[in-house]
Amino acid sequence: MGLWLLRRVGQVLPTMLILSMLIFGLQQLMPGDPALILAGEERGDPQVLAAIRAELGLDRPLHEQYLIWMGKVLNGDFGFSWRIRVPVSELILAKLPVTFQLASMAFVIAVAIGVPLGILSAVRRDTPADWAANGAALFGISTPNFWLGIMMILLFSVELGWLPPSGYVPLTEDPWQSLATTIMPAFVLGTGVASVLMRHTRAAMLTALAQDYVRTARAKGLPERLVVWKHALRNALIPVVTLGAIEFGRLLAGAVLTEQIFTIPGFGKLIVDAVFNRDYPVVQGVVLATALIFILLSLVADILYMLINPRLRQA
Amino acid sequence: MSAAAIPAGESPSRRALRRFLRHRLAVFGLVVVVLFILAAVLAPLIAPYDPLQTSWARIRKPPSFEHWMGTDENGRDVLSRVIWGARASLMAGVVSVLGALCIGVPLGLLAGLAGGWADAVISRIADAMLSVPFLILAIALAAFLGPALENAMLAIAITASPVFVRLSRGMALDAKSTDWIEAARALGNPPWRTAFVHVLPNIIPPLLVQASLAIAEAIIAEAALSFLGLGQQPPQPSWGSMLNSSQRFLTQAPWLSIFPGATIMLVVLAFNLMGDGLRDALDPRAEKR
Repeated sequence: MGLWLLRRVGQVLPTMLILSMLIFGLQQLMPGDPALILAGEERGDPQVLAAIRAELGLDRPLHEQYLIWMGKVLNGDFGFSWRIRVPVSELILAKLPVTFQLASMAFVIAVAIGVPLGILSAVRRDTPADWAANGAALFGISTPNFWLGIMMILLFSVELGWLPPSGYVPLTEDPWQSLATTIMPAFVLGTGVASVLMRHTRAAMLTALAQDYVRTARAKGLPERLVVWKHALRNALIPVVTLGAIEFGRLLAGAVLTEQIFTIPGFGKLIVDAVFNRDYPVVQGVVLATALIFILLSLVADILYMLINPRLRQA
Repeated sequence: MSAAAIPAGESPSRRALRRFLRHRLAVFGLVVVVLFILAAVLAPLIAPYDPLQTSWARIRKPPSFEHWMGTDENGRDVLSRVIWGARASLMAGVVSVLGALCIGVPLGLLAGLAGGWADAVISRIADAMLSVPFLILAIALAAFLGPALENAMLAIAITASPVFVRLSRGMALDAKSTDWIEAARALGNPPWRTAFVHVLPNIIPPLLVQASLAIAEAIIAEAALSFLGLGQQPPQPSWGSMLNSSQRFLTQAPWLSIFPGATIMLVVLAFNLMGDGLRDALDPRAEKR
């Protein structure tokens, strides 16, 4: 187990190294000279431009720029925002809890919808219940979540007036109001993941129900309820748990548009605003941070998989 | 399916076609896709109005007999804009996935067949790209490239390519160990010929399935980028940018939001249905579930 873990962590390192090069390389795609953007009004003054280039290290060769950037990133220094002159890491840490709350709520909603529906449609295979669940999942996957968000605002805020259309109240300030402002975006965000979870749960349950031990359990006269819940489900959920951890990472990405629609000041809004303001270090920082979270979650998923799968644990 | 049901001597492509046609939802998907392609191609002929023609006399009129989907904040006909918008969306979906195939498949074949360093480098790059969530990578690329439909398509193509690298690498690895590839090599075929003439045709079915699902994802991605102002630039119509400007008039003119979004959903649904049907039809190992 220890050795396996070490190997698995070792696999992550080259991926991260290449990732850092790619994200650094994004800068090179940028049209125009960053010094010109930063100089603003003083862009006509060659001395100012030279000073900015020296400060950012833009006058050095590319590989040196990369090493300097990488060294800083390893120390937690993601550069500073060109627009508001605040360290990028501070911005990210400030916005992350908001998105984390949203993503956690979305995840709970996704599991609460996706897993039971998946079980139901596997157990009632080829019945109207199965078709309905599959149809719902197909719609969940095909509906762009930003449009779903707009439609929900139209229904619940504009027509019915039940929920605020936008804004955000921190959980620490007023938990009730916080839930009211995040429940709609969380639902919108959760539907896509619910659909994916439903499909995977269904497939895993169908595989489990076809196993010999399920036949044995049935043959020895166990009630169907026990067969489904105790024998099949426990084994079917193993791959679903792994998927769940990875899907949680996807929620962080899905939050980009959802936060934009509901004007929630989180991680996603941060990257969109940064894109509009041509605040490239912030864009880079957010991409890097998301990738790190995602890689970490995949690692957690693999470890969870090891822990809950007894066959692998012993190997 | 019982063996007796299969007519003797049926070719694989005929069998795939028969299986696909039996899949009613997949056929529905195909029909919808074809209709949208026709709409996009014939836009100048079938759009009832000029999609860019503004008119102060008919600003934000609700759907009516003259304007089936109403008019927008500049008095433009929404239906005409939706029809013309199909061009941007379908083109973005198809072109970016073709781009992703052109980038991903040769690299994947190279990685799978050559192995060694080439494999290590290509696979790690694909892993690294896959560790950034699709939309975030596409947004970042589009942001650095600058806002334009072409750049959005390029960004989506690059972002979608690692999936094809992985898929074709895996298939190439499978093929490498088979006798017919061994034979092709033994006959003295150069490696590129083995890759493109002998391996590629055999992996087309899974690529086709993945491509049609990827188009669905690419259409959503294009709509998302245009929604954020990173894709199709106004006043040219695109479903994503129409949704973006519609948001300000949600209370006064909800139809501006309803129709473009419902159109995106329908097209994406159609591509997903078609992809599912293709998978069932083309994968000989797929058990019917």
